[in-house]
Amino acid sequence: MPSTIVTEEIELIHSGKGPGGGDSSGDGGNGGDGGGSDSSGATRVPQRAYITGMFIALAGILMFFMAFVSAYIVRKDMPNSAWIPLQVPRILWLNTLILIASSLTLGRAHHRFTAKDEDGFRHWWATTTFLGILFVAGQIIAWRQLAAQGIFLATNPSSSFFYVFTGAHGLHLLGGILALLYVQFRATRKVARGTAIEVVSIYWHFMDGLWVFLFLLLYLGR
Amino acid sequence: MSSHAHTGGSTVHAPMAEPSGFIRKYIFSVDHKVIGIQYFLLALTAVVIGIVLSLLMRFHLVWPNATLPFVSGGQMSQEQYLALVTMHGTIMVFFVLTTAPQGGFGNYFLPIQIGAPDMAFPRLNMLSFWVTFVAFVCIIAAFVVPGGAPISGWTGYTPLSGLGEITGPGEGWGQTLWIVSISLFCLASLLGALNFIATTIDLRAPGMSLMRMPLTVWGWFVTAILGLLAFGVLLAGGILLLLDRSAGTSFFIPAGLVVNDQLQPHSGGSPLLWQHLFWFFGHPEVYIAILPGMGVASHVLSTFARKPVYGYRAMAYAICTIGFLGFMVWGHHMFVSGMSPYSGFAFSVLTMSIGVPSAIKTFNWLGTLWGGKIQFKSPMLFALGFVSLFVSGGLSGLFLAQPAVDNMLHATYYVVAHFHLVMGVAAIFGIFAATYFWFPKMFGRMMNEPLAKIHFWFTFVGAYCIFMPMHFIGIAGGIRRYADASAVGFLAHLQPVHEFMTIAAFITGAAQLFFLFNFFYSLKFGPKASKNPWNATTLEWITDSPPPIDNFGGHYPSVYRGPYEFSVPGALDDFIPQNLEPSQVARVK
Repeated sequence: MPSTIVTEEIELIHSGKGPGGGDSSGDGGNGGDGGGSDSSGATRVPQRAYITGMFIALAGILMFFMAFVSAYIVRKDMPNSAWIPLQVPRILWLNTLILIASSLTLGRAHHRFTAKDEDGFRHWWATTTFLGILFVAGQIIAWRQLAAQGIFLATNPSSSFFYVFTGAHGLHLLGGILALLYVQFRATRKVARGTAIEVVSIYWHFMDGLWVFLFLLLYLGR
Repeated sequence: MSSHAHTGGSTVHAPMAEPSGFIRKYIFSVDHKVIGIQYFLLALTAVVIGIVLSLLMRFHLVWPNATLPFVSGGQMSQEQYLALVTMHGTIMVFFVLTTAPQGGFGNYFLPIQIGAPDMAFPRLNMLSFWVTFVAFVCIIAAFVVPGGAPISGWTGYTPLSGLGEITGPGEGWGQTLWIVSISLFCLASLLGALNFIATTIDLRAPGMSLMRMPLTVWGWFVTAILGLLAFGVLLAGGILLLLDRSAGTSFFIPAGLVVNDQLQPHSGGSPLLWQHLFWFFGHPEVYIAILPGMGVASHVLSTFARKPVYGYRAMAYAICTIGFLGFMVWGHHMFVSGMSPYSGFAFSVLTMSIGVPSAIKTFNWLGTLWGGKIQFKSPMLFALGFVSLFVSGGLSGLFLAQPAVDNMLHATYYVVAHFHLVMGVAAIFGIFAATYFWFPKMFGRMMNEPLAKIHFWFTFVGAYCIFMPMHFIGIAGGIRRYADASAVGFLAHLQPVHEFMTIAAFITGAAQLFFLFNFFYSLKFGPKASKNPWNATTLEWITDSPPPIDNFGGHYPSVYRGPYEFSVPGALDDFIPQNLEPSQVARVK
């Protein structure tokens, strides 16, 4: 922000909503701006804009991945496509379960946050982060297993797409892990904590769902 | 600062402090107004380069054997001509037609017109400009790397663009830089689009309902949605193309391809897949270039005809419809690619159906002018020029939209003439109208009106002199990317037409110096502009020229009426600003 005043104002509002940040300002941020008459004046970005922004970003990310998916479908069914179906490494099943579990723990963390249970929140939030890192590690193991079988990026179109899908998704998930860590350790400035938790949760659940879709595509659509 | 008070339709806050220091203020600024001007200056640099490239192309077409001092070996080679074609198209489409109307004017005026202090995410805004800047540096660097600029056209068709140096001098480093540049541009545009959409949804002033937004805001808003959904697809395509070039994958390169007697080590890829990914982005991109211009034209026509926009709602819906249909017609760029005639038919019908919202817009522009007290100021002239060029260029689109006709005209100068008029020059006229209209607000000074009018007439007549004859060359079978048509028997007799176009291009190019001089001279020496020199109604005109750092100096407006209340019966003035409460409007006694 160009000025210190805006930041101060938000911090004022934020600290005014109860100590420890253990409040429901995520939901409160949504509801409070509805009238737009007094305290939600025009010099400040309303908290709901961050949530709107995340949904818009997800629309763009979805189009990015759908471009890959449509390329996959077209390329696979080309005449003379030289396509050899790829046996997905079995560890992907485990990774998928881990990622789904991380969404559940994240939901748990969000629930604890709403119940103003700061310790519970931090516990489940950290668990989610750990599961996320575990997933990325699992994906790297899958890559190494494929590489050990001599299957690289350029080996076959099917392996090319496998690496592109997992790589692009993995990068997006790494961004999500950074965001989780940010909320765990910082997230007291600018964006109110409740909003940050909301925004990161939306992103994480989306990346989870996206992975399940990509995995099913790679497994069933091979 | 916690004191909020209502005084006459505005919320009062303490004014913001300006950031201190040159770098924070002008280089890495998070102020949308500074970023808007940065985008504008980037586009201005790009357009100068783009025009010089096009003049070199026109020169070469007429005097192919002339000795040029700056070309190694004296004469321009055919590959160098193709490099000019590629770089002209890329620079103009991405760094001028996308950057100036949306990144420049959209950034500057969207927040002010909806009564917001800034974009929703100012840091993201700064990031998107600087990524665009890096993308621009990458594309310019393609001129100086070994092998020079790429030769595969602004569409980067595979397999030519996917194989590296073996397919031509610029296809090594130059093509790689092209892909990197375009991918970065996509990333920056996605961030920008995200910001525009969130700002429009969540930062509108109290009372600024969707149907009270100026049509310029509608244009930028829908453009941002198109960008959000289209640029990600090109980014994905760019990544796959880069992998084909550098990692040996075969997404786009077919098996058994022999180039320069060498069998290429690829298998089973599809060059058409690239065309689909590219044009799924490429067609919405056309509307990304033109929709802001449509918004500006409506805005300016209404202001200088002193009449409300005729059929405001229809105009807003037409913008949305054009944006929606724009995603379903990409196949019309590929009629000759061997696609099924049935899908060609579907693409054809959908393409021609865009004529409906386009006709609604044109009809309403004329309806806005009808019976108005028209003031022929320079922004008005350029807005009228926009309408003229949009119609002239759009009509030839109806021919090209039919597969049977397109079979004859594809890849001829007819296509070049069509898209230059409808998306190139028309969009440029939108940019000029916006520049002359908003210059007083952006820089606090007026531009010189006689110079602006000279600039208009040279550019308007010049554009028609360049691009109207081009249609005939196309119908006669002139192939668009031939470096030297005089060597082709059936085209040789058309050389005089080419000569006419080249002379017109040089005169029109030179006339742009009127604009450049006027722009920079007025920056320093133009007469001071008042708050509202055009007696316009929208929110940017109720604040200072140029606006303070937080746009409204702490007095945030509330909105009580639509954006185009000109010549309201019973009102004393012939314009009523959007923030005026009903009780504040002066009435005829």
